[in-house]
Amino acid sequence: MTTSTETAGTATASRYSWGGDEHLVVQVSEEMSLEANFSVMAVTGLLRQRPLDGVLDICPANASFLIRFNPDVLAPADLEAQVRRAEAEVARAPSLTLETRVVEVPVWYADPYTTDTQGRFRDRHQRPEGTDLEFAAAENGLSSVQEFIDRHSGAPWITSMVGFVAGLPFLFQMVPRERQLEVPKYLRPRTDTPPLTVGHGGCFACIYSVRGAGGYQMFGVTPAPIFDPAQQLPDFADFMVFFRPGDVVKFRPVDEEEYHRVREEVAAGRFRFRQKPFTFSLDEFHADPDAYNRTVLEALNGD
Amino acid sequence: MAIEIVAPGLGCSVQDQGRSGHYDVGIPPSGALDLFSALAANLLVGNDEGAAVLEAAYMGPQLRFTAPAVVAVTGASMPITVNGQARSAWESFDVAADDLLAFGFLERGARIYIAVAGGIDVPPLLGSRSTYALGGFGGFSGRPVQTGDVLEVGAGIGRPGRQVPEHLRPSLAQEQEQELRTVLGLYDYRLAERGLATLLESTWTLTPVADRIGFRYSGAELEWKPRKQPFGAGSDPSNIVDAGYPLGSIQVPGGVEPIILHRDAVSGGGYAMVGTVISADLDAVAQSSPGTRTRFRQVSLESALDARADRRRRVQELRTALG
Repeated sequence: MTTSTETAGTATASRYSWGGDEHLVVQVSEEMSLEANFSVMAVTGLLRQRPLDGVLDICPANASFLIRFNPDVLAPADLEAQVRRAEAEVARAPSLTLETRVVEVPVWYADPYTTDTQGRFRDRHQRPEGTDLEFAAAENGLSSVQEFIDRHSGAPWITSMVGFVAGLPFLFQMVPRERQLEVPKYLRPRTDTPPLTVGHGGCFACIYSVRGAGGYQMFGVTPAPIFDPAQQLPDFADFMVFFRPGDVVKFRPVDEEEYHRVREEVAAGRFRFRQKPFTFSLDEFHADPDAYNRTVLEALNGD
Repeated sequence: MAIEIVAPGLGCSVQDQGRSGHYDVGIPPSGALDLFSALAANLLVGNDEGAAVLEAAYMGPQLRFTAPAVVAVTGASMPITVNGQARSAWESFDVAADDLLAFGFLERGARIYIAVAGGIDVPPLLGSRSTYALGGFGGFSGRPVQTGDVLEVGAGIGRPGRQVPEHLRPSLAQEQEQELRTVLGLYDYRLAERGLATLLESTWTLTPVADRIGFRYSGAELEWKPRKQPFGAGSDPSNIVDAGYPLGSIQVPGGVEPIILHRDAVSGGGYAMVGTVISADLDAVAQSSPGTRTRFRQVSLESALDARADRRRRVQELRTALG
């Protein structure tokens, strides 16, 4: 793809489209940005505050959102009018802060589970020799896997979407675009991914909530569940899914010993993610991302 | 009253009309893939329309009943026996304690629905008794049933001998050919003109990769418009910045093998969707078996709503007939 016939992401107007007779999909931007994601969260947040009869699901995504509705109850034209009104309202008074929380997620990078799985699907990989982490480091012009891990775990990420499978967070790193880590997906999806794999595709990190198919590169595993249908752990007292759009995530590298210690805490039903309330300000972030990210970590580590 | 699973058949799971309100965190609606057949089975045995039934694909289970019950089977065409004696589909019948309900080879369609008066009594979760196997919850232990499982049945008062009128039974494709009405849109602007024409003019064949999550078709290759990929989308021209997937939406990873998502859909991802099969045709998708030759026919949103209204009238007629 060398010739460009479209300039992606420069359009100011959102693209509205019907997904059959039961879905409205609104594409806020073709490219990913924190601004597009904030706009998605603001509009879907507003729509949630004013429930409409006939709306079944309001699903914010990275730079778009989907509404599932029953057209027998709510006419498509009426739904579209309401959504356009909400979008216009947000555009007039953009909400640039987000009441959220910051969460620490331990990661055992280059663990044996994902390493073994990578080995089984090497025929589907761009670079059959080596590991996904080595590929990712090279793709981003970094000299070592350790440097990649430092970048991956150094700056926080924001949960820009939850989905694919139950409770899986898509995470967008809170760094200027030129420092974003970008890695292509596998050439063809794997049929297996260990549960709680920390993955990466395009500019997004993810945490696979359950075992299953997947096309993202695999960097490590986290020891604690993020989806608990039996709701046994304290973090799941209210709901079976841990992550919500807007959650800020800081990855913390752990070694094998600590991984197993956390697994024991999980088995004993005691584990809780370290988490603190946090108000995310887009303007303050843009003014000085590195300084702002330090305040994120202070919020996480303070009392 | 309970049902013992003597043999599980294929992918046999507890399903009802599905759940809403949690697609935003990746929990799909689930529920019967052929909602009309599941609803008809319930009405035949005097259940609420939303009662839980068993759905099996391609191969029926063998079920033993611990007490007398009223049962109905709908959906795909497949010989039905009770202790070896033939029974009719789309008609309620009695079974006695210790009777064995079994099935012969699939003749047409793909999925059968087995309703028992009183409904399968598993605990509802997030407003539904449907199994969501990928997430491991709902239904019976969050998975398809296995030999030896015992499913409780609620209290019901069904009558044998009730029938769905012939004209209300779905016509299952004898020749394994079907046309799916499709509203184009979503990311279809990414397709080259010739790619869009290929989508609509090709005959696609359903591959064996056809389950509750999605139905994958083989056939032609679609051509995309060349462009510099937007930031974050991934490098393949079929990639988009990960977005929500409508039920029935058609995605085309790599430009080959379109996938129609069904009721256990993955809720989102990074493949461009080029259109959506209308809700009225999703029951037909559920009843297509591998090898089915399929064409996508473009319709407007208005036609999709008309088809939906037709389907609603058919359901109303069914309610009247069995009320």
